[in-house]
Amino acid sequence: MTATVVHAPGFQRSLGTMVSVRSVSKVYPGGVEALNEISLDFPKGQLTTLLGPSGCGKTTLLKIIAGLLPATSGEVMVDGMRVEGPGPERAFVFQDFALLPWATVLRNVAFGLELRGVPVAERESIAEHYIGQVGLKGFEKHYPHALSGGMRQRVGLARALAVKAEVVLMDEPFSAVDEQTRRKFQEDMLELIKNEQKTFIFVTHSIEEAVYVSNRIILLSRRPSRVMRIIEPDMPRGITPDQIRRHPAYLDAVEMIWQALKQYLD
Amino acid sequence: MISVPTSSRASAARTNPLRRVMTHTITFRILSVITVLGAWEYAGRRPISASFPSFSETFAAGWEMAADGSLSAALMITIVPLVIGITMSAIAGVAAGIYMGLDRRAEWVGVPVFIVMQAAPLAALIPLLVLAYGVGLATKVTVVCIMAVPAIVLNSFKAIRHAPVSLVEMGESFLGSREQVIGKIILPAASPVIFAGLRLGLASGFIGVILAELLISPTGIGDLITYHQSIAEYPKMFAAIAVVILLSVLFMEALERIEITLFRPEKRAQ
Ligand SMILES: Nc1ncnc2c1ncn2[C@@H]1O[C@H](COP(=O)(O)OP(=O)(O)OP(=O)(O)O)[C@@H](O)[C@H]1O
Ligand SMILES: [Mg+2]
Repeated sequence: MTATVVHAPGFQRSLGTMVSVRSVSKVYPGGVEALNEISLDFPKGQLTTLLGPSGCGKTTLLKIIAGLLPATSGEVMVDGMRVEGPGPERAFVFQDFALLPWATVLRNVAFGLELRGVPVAERESIAEHYIGQVGLKGFEKHYPHALSGGMRQRVGLARALAVKAEVVLMDEPFSAVDEQTRRKFQEDMLELIKNEQKTFIFVTHSIEEAVYVSNRIILLSRRPSRVMRIIEPDMPRGITPDQIRRHPAYLDAVEMIWQALKQYLD
Repeated sequence: MISVPTSSRASAARTNPLRRVMTHTITFRILSVITVLGAWEYAGRRPISASFPSFSETFAAGWEMAADGSLSAALMITIVPLVIGITMSAIAGVAAGIYMGLDRRAEWVGVPVFIVMQAAPLAALIPLLVLAYGVGLATKVTVVCIMAVPAIVLNSFKAIRHAPVSLVEMGESFLGSREQVIGKIILPAASPVIFAGLRLGLASGFIGVILAELLISPTGIGDLITYHQSIAEYPKMFAAIAVVILLSVLFMEALERIEITLFRPEKRAQ
């Protein structure tokens, strides 16, 4: 039987670190203190989930890692390099999809490459590959308004994969889709992660989702955010999704996180 | 590999032709035109007023003016300053609006001016313009510009300022340069509102040119209206008004075509 490992906040894993957040604080103009001296390491090739109460600063942290938002103090290192802004080794999957409504699925998926000046033929063939990977073959010429929420998010994911970034940052990618689509998408994502060998940083509200897809889960406290606990749900792979959802390790991890987060409900 | 249920794949609706005709937008447009014209004919025949001709009388009068050449001569006189004024306002107005949308300092300096311009009853300025430019083409063009520019500038400005933040952020995160973000994201996103502003500007420009012709120099379509009113030829007067409306609608339609071809491929696909 596999066990769920719990670490104290200061724990450092020996595995190569891809993204390292060092005493990052963020105070928004107007005085809202979203993050307070937060330090975190994200291991290479793994999926790490940020989980915490609403408004605790998860999106803020993700955008700082993405280089879309400057930190008030502290620094973020990606593969040993200090983050000064967006970079080619990081790609973002947006919660609201952020697809261009006037562009086809093909152009949307290829858009990151278009901005980098990759020639049309080349970027379209790369985009077609990833459109196939996320299961949207046949929809290349469709416009976003003709797609369901789940399909739009697949386009957003394909766009992030197409630029071949080593770090994929995902802000609640499933929050806008229904439960069935969500489960299907989670399973698909596990499949993709196995093949892609990338570092994924994932934000979610759903405890079950976190335990289901992550190698490690970072529990954040209420604003200003601190690391409360790091959990590594060591789920046996290679069993069916339904078996995972009934596995003691899965249920234990879900229960443990629920107990930890319950204190924030009042 | 991942699969998506094939049932969601769009399949062309294979309904019968009659049903397609009945539900087509063109059908509804034609129906709406017929209804309005029918009501006009009925109101004209009752009659609700001695000076209100029926549609058929108006149409016949319009036909007569078209045949004797007076209509096309008047149209030319009206359209030339209109087209010059609208083109100038569109180019300068959109450029100014976009610039103010992208640059805070330009916004502080420029926006108040156009808000005042939009709020002021500009028709009151027309006598002043006559003093300055006389009663020729220049005055008409100026009136068209004054009327059209505020709506065009302010809408372009708002369109740029309200470009979706998340799309801009997306462009930045995928390493788009400032020029790329403006050209590939902000401008296309802003185009519907910019074009809405152009349509409003066009409508105001039309009012401007007719106003100029009514108030300053009795020329063009404005002259047809005033002249036929003064000799109580109401069908001809209404025909001239109807031509103005028709022309305005045609210009609007042309603008929409331009917008969809240039910026909105997803609407063409619908
Ligand atoms: N642009 C901003 N200006 C001022 N305050 C902000 C801004 N963006 C976020 N905040 C505040 O910072 C805090 C953290 O916001 P953030 O969006 O990072 O939370 P979150 O953990 O992603 O929440 P959720 O789970 O609801 O998405 C919130 O209290 C929010 O009100
Ligand atoms: Mg958030």
